[in-house]
Amino acid sequence: MGVTVGVPRALLYYLYYPMWHTFFEELGAGVVVSKATNKRILDLGVKATVDEACLPVKVFHGHVLDLAEDGDVDFIFIPRIVSTERRAYICPKFMGLPDMVRNNIRPLPPILDTCIDLSKGDAGYWRAIFDLGRQLGARPSRVRKAYNLAVSRLKEFDRALEAGRLPDEAMHSMGLETGIVTGTGTRGAGAGSPAPQNGLPQDSLLRGGRAEAEAAAGGDGDGLSIAVLGHPYNTYDNYISMSIIPRLRDMGVRVVTAEMIPEEITEAASQRLRKRLFWTLGRRLLGAALHFIENGGIDGCLYVSSFGCGPDSLVGELIERRVKREGAFPFMMVTIDEQTGEAGVVTRLEAFVDMIRRGRAV
Amino acid sequence: MKVTFPHMGNLYIPLRALFENLGLTVIVPPKSSKRTLTLGTRNSPEFACLPLKVNVGNFIEAFELGADAVVMAGGVGPCRFGYYGEVEREILEDLGYNFEMFIIEPPQGRFREVLHELGRLVGRVTASQVIHAVRIAWEKLSSVEALERLAAKVRARELQKGSVTKALAQALKDIDKAETLGEIRTARLDGLSTISGVPQREDYTPLRVGIVGEIYVVLEPFVNLDVERELGEMGVEVERSIYLGDWIGLHVIKDMLRFGRGSLKRVKRLASPYLQHFVGGHGIESVGHSVEYARKGFDGVVHLAPFTCMPEIVAESILPRVSKDLDIPIMSLIFDEHSADTGVVTRLEAFVDLISRRRSRLGNLGKDTGDVSYAGLYRR
Ligand code: SF4
Ligand code: SF4
Repeated sequence: MGVTVGVPRALLYYLYYPMWHTFFEELGAGVVVSKATNKRILDLGVKATVDEACLPVKVFHGHVLDLAEDGDVDFIFIPRIVSTERRAYICPKFMGLPDMVRNNIRPLPPILDTCIDLSKGDAGYWRAIFDLGRQLGARPSRVRKAYNLAVSRLKEFDRALEAGRLPDEAMHSMGLETGIVTGTGTRGAGAGSPAPQNGLPQDSLLRGGRAEAEAAAGGDGDGLSIAVLGHPYNTYDNYISMSIIPRLRDMGVRVVTAEMIPEEITEAASQRLRKRLFWTLGRRLLGAALHFIENGGIDGCLYVSSFGCGPDSLVGELIERRVKREGAFPFMMVTIDEQTGEAGVVTRLEAFVDMIRRGRAV
Repeated sequence: MKVTFPHMGNLYIPLRALFENLGLTVIVPPKSSKRTLTLGTRNSPEFACLPLKVNVGNFIEAFELGADAVVMAGGVGPCRFGYYGEVEREILEDLGYNFEMFIIEPPQGRFREVLHELGRLVGRVTASQVIHAVRIAWEKLSSVEALERLAAKVRARELQKGSVTKALAQALKDIDKAETLGEIRTARLDGLSTISGVPQREDYTPLRVGIVGEIYVVLEPFVNLDVERELGEMGVEVERSIYLGDWIGLHVIKDMLRFGRGSLKRVKRLASPYLQHFVGGHGIESVGHSVEYARKGFDGVVHLAPFTCMPEIVAESILPRVSKDLDIPIMSLIFDEHSADTGVVTRLEAFVDLISRRRSRLGNLGKDTGDVSYAGLYRR
């Protein structure tokens, strides 16, 4: 059939790409991912959106434009992901994402769109999946097979994350060449030189079990561990986050993210809240923070938040209040938008790590 | 126990009546003011949306007057409002206040929890007491809104600036004081006739502007810097898309009883060429009502949103397209704690200027010329 589906390297790409990739490929489609976020993509996104939009939504628009410009995609995949579990959502902006893109960007290649909404149970879920397959001309039996395979690949991916890998590393180890090596792409001038992976050869980083992954993740330093919490599309997009994770690793810090904590653990920890949080990603972050407060295991926590992000404004606040109340560990909030200067972030990051190291030496 | 609740426009009038008739002592927070906002902003998360900050300010000011219990609504997402109560509780506890918090969550099929929380709040009351309290509150709410609706129409024609606003304020005071259903009805009729009796300009056809947006900024004049009055006093007839009575009727009562939600369906259908899914808050309503105002031949739409409001950012992204397609000027106004009266008035004046020039041009050329030179005014 030879159609090509373009996938924007933004938003839920960092949590679901292996699934999407497998699904489309099994249906015989080619898959193209937009380039790593760069200045041009950011500028395109900023121009296409209203000022008030948060940085990740702007960046998403930039990636859509990047794919549209390339011209060799037949579809751009922009699902409407309302909810991935009962009684919870991702964010209102995800619910209106295809509409925002359609109204902000014209002309546009056809959008491959389906509505995933599990908030009230899974009625309609299969219809949404079949509908997606049908847009690519696939019959339900084939779609079902592709979907099952896609889900098993997603599980594999999640396990790799739990073993301490970053999404790009995990995708690489699964043979999904997405054209990115962790540590590239900084926001400053002359960006782009890959950060060294703590002197470890690439493939030891990408092969092997948990111990190796932990070693790669900076465990060869003085054993300092820092949790980097935030929406995955902020923490793992090195252009947005100013490479916070690779920088920490360069400083010999072991980085832990919410995705590295098994979901049952974060879910159980989040139940300590009086009221269940109705944002899926936010609940995971809060659960991870509560887990660290209770069980230790980290020396400090960074929260990467988007300027003007609705969920972050409350989730970050709840985490900060709890950390402070318990005096659990040093905490720093890094708020990022398109104007944030890299130098400032790097300085704060270094000061934060220094402070923790000094505290430990006493 | 002395109970308080957050302000939202004139909602304090029916709420006070509701709780007092249930036998509670009520402390209405002082009207939202600069001080409220300062207190709220200082103690809230920097990027929380504006309503939360004003709520926190209201609570602190009510505590200063002796309140020791807070009633707040809950919610199930996706927008922040549903978690406001929890965050507000933590903020106030960390500030060292001693209080009880009652969060009334919307019933998700089961009334048990709502009744339990209400029971905790009001103690033992008889069914007839509850029915009476609700009837009084409902009567006050619908009277308040009938007065507001009329005022927004008449204000555009008043001969003496401010006379409608004055008459409205007096009528609201009377409604607030009224105790029985009879007294409420009298106050309502008196108010309606005073407002419509205000000296008015004859044969003047005002411009018509629809107001859409997030419910709290639309209903709270302190936060929206009195847009409704400002526009009215510029000679513009204003129609608000959100009245709380409609809203409660639509979302609370019909939702509970699982009625068909006719008018919401209509709004959704109107919005559907532009926005095909609910996005929390009033995002889809903002789009749908804008389409409706355009179809009804309004001269313009003013869209109000708190800074960082998620549903309204979706709407704001989409409204320029509505404006262009349907040839109706739409202006988004975004409010935060730094918004200043002067800036808003200047922008409203420019907007009114634009729509009145557009009106005379369309008038001269006849209807629906497809003249695009004034279409799509849209600024951020
Ligand atoms: S969760 Fe925050 S960052 Fe993500 S889309 Fe929503 S507002 Fe933007
Ligand atoms: S509708 Fe907007 S302002 Fe209101 S709570 Fe939700 S995000 Fe905040």
